[in-house]
Amino acid sequence: MIQCQDLRKSYDTHAVLKGIDLGIPKGSIFGLLGPSGAGKTTLIKILTGQIRYDSGNVKVFEKEPACLSGRDKKKFGIMMDNFGVYERFSCGDNLSVYADIYGVSHDRIWHILKEVGLEDALKKSASDLSKGMRARLQLARAFIHAPEIIFLDEPTSGLDPQTMRGIHRIIQEKKDAGCTIFLTTHNMEEASKLCDKVALLNEGEIIEEGKPEDICRRYDHQKKIKIHLSDGKDIELDRQETAAGRISELLRARMLETIHSTEPTLESVFLELTGRNLEEDE
Amino acid sequence: MYNILVIIKKQIRDTFKNKAILIQFILFPLMTIIMENAIHIDDMPEFFFTKLFAVMYIGMAPFVTTASIIAEEKEKNTLRVLMMADVKPWQYLIGIGLYVMAICMVGACVMSVGLPSVDRGFFVLVMCIGFVISIIAGACVGIISRNQMMATSLTMPFMMIFSFAPMLSMFNESIKKYSTVVFTQQLRLLFDRMTFEGYSQTGVIVLCGSAVVCAGMFFFAYQRKGLD
Ligand SMILES: Nc1ncnc2c1ncn2[C@@H]1O[C@H](COP(=O)(O)OP(=O)(O)O)[C@@H](O)[C@H]1O
Ligand SMILES: [Mg+2]
Repeated sequence: MIQCQDLRKSYDTHAVLKGIDLGIPKGSIFGLLGPSGAGKTTLIKILTGQIRYDSGNVKVFEKEPACLSGRDKKKFGIMMDNFGVYERFSCGDNLSVYADIYGVSHDRIWHILKEVGLEDALKKSASDLSKGMRARLQLARAFIHAPEIIFLDEPTSGLDPQTMRGIHRIIQEKKDAGCTIFLTTHNMEEASKLCDKVALLNEGEIIEEGKPEDICRRYDHQKKIKIHLSDGKDIELDRQETAAGRISELLRARMLETIHSTEPTLESVFLELTGRNLEEDE
Repeated sequence: MYNILVIIKKQIRDTFKNKAILIQFILFPLMTIIMENAIHIDDMPEFFFTKLFAVMYIGMAPFVTTASIIAEEKEKNTLRVLMMADVKPWQYLIGIGLYVMAICMVGACVMSVGLPSVDRGFFVLVMCIGFVISIIAGACVGIISRNQMMATSLTMPFMMIFSFAPMLSMFNESIKKYSTVVFTQQLRLLFDRMTFEGYSQTGVIVLCGSAVVCAGMFFFAYQRKGLD
């Protein structure tokens, strides 16, 4: 569905994407995970033909993004945070503009709003929406025409956990309906829960790629045992047989308050590879 | 074709919600009706207010609204969404142009009601010519501007010239001389005669020249910047 080979893009002298290789099969959820400024939005803009790239090979629907026909573009659903809505229009009127353009029946507007949980806001002006509601309206707009590929640029960034879960459920439903989904995020929990495949992007380079659980398995050495001692101290032990002796010592000395094992997460893998946290700003 | 209709439909829906633009559209037609009915001064030229406001309407409403609609849609990126949905830039621009034209024509018809019925057709036709030039000029500004703020600052000086030069030229000879080249001034002269017969060559040249300059700037800006 989407193929990139050695994709490069720079703004003036600043290289933003430095040789991206990607392949996204049909019907999967692909997550591009990276801190802000990594080049996620830039990549979406390139894939959807909004901006040109400098070199490399990009194919979407087997075509160069610049050569996509109008009909191909209508198979895209795009949600980007800078894509505004008509502020003076109600949610229903907003969607009816796009329903008209995509030749979708107006009956669908209510169903779509219901799908994203905005049915009560049908007549509510877009300028009165909360951040979460606005995101859901943008999401509704992105798939009003039952697109084949949906690009979501940080669909849940800055939203409360409940709205976030709602959006995850919708994304999952779209995948089950056969859509291919490309989403970017800097939330590793979201990526590991939702995505079939993720790529970790840092400063324009993909540093790790694969199924979330496979990536984590590759970093097994990060498995640790965390122990909280009764004198208030925390210690970390490697998860190996050698730890057993230490633990039993602590048990005998009645020093051990709590004990649990930690698994590698996308976040800790990213930290190991880059020395940076995903959530930190540029 | 269909996309153009969708754009027009969207704009019509917006007309009643967007107060700033609604005021542009109805201010001068309304003032014309009020002033023509309320004020009668003996030695004032016939239909003084109708003709004066008609010229100001041409210089302001289509120019400002076209620029501001396009600039707003660029600023909010809703234009980008339309383009991604395969609305072509020319379809969008024609949609906006036709919409502004249609609303302004309603305004022109309202302003013409006081005139003798023989003059009404001519009046509306001249208004129509003015609107076309003004809309193209507005579209230029819309294309050049990145946001509404920039559109407002760019329209302001031109709007002053288009709408006030004809009025001020009635009181000041040197303004009158300079405003010969302003298309709205030439339209005002047409309203004074209420016929194309014996219309000065300068007038024809200024009107055609303005249309050509605006269209040229429009295509230049469009080539350079597109609608993004
Ligand atoms: N239009 C632009 N001109 C110049 N630099 C840009 C432009 N857009 C993005 N950048 C730069 O490209 C880098 C990546 O940006 P972006 O793709 O938006 O990152 P992300 O979406 O991952 O936060 C940033 O350093 C940003 O400053
Ligand atoms: Mg971004």
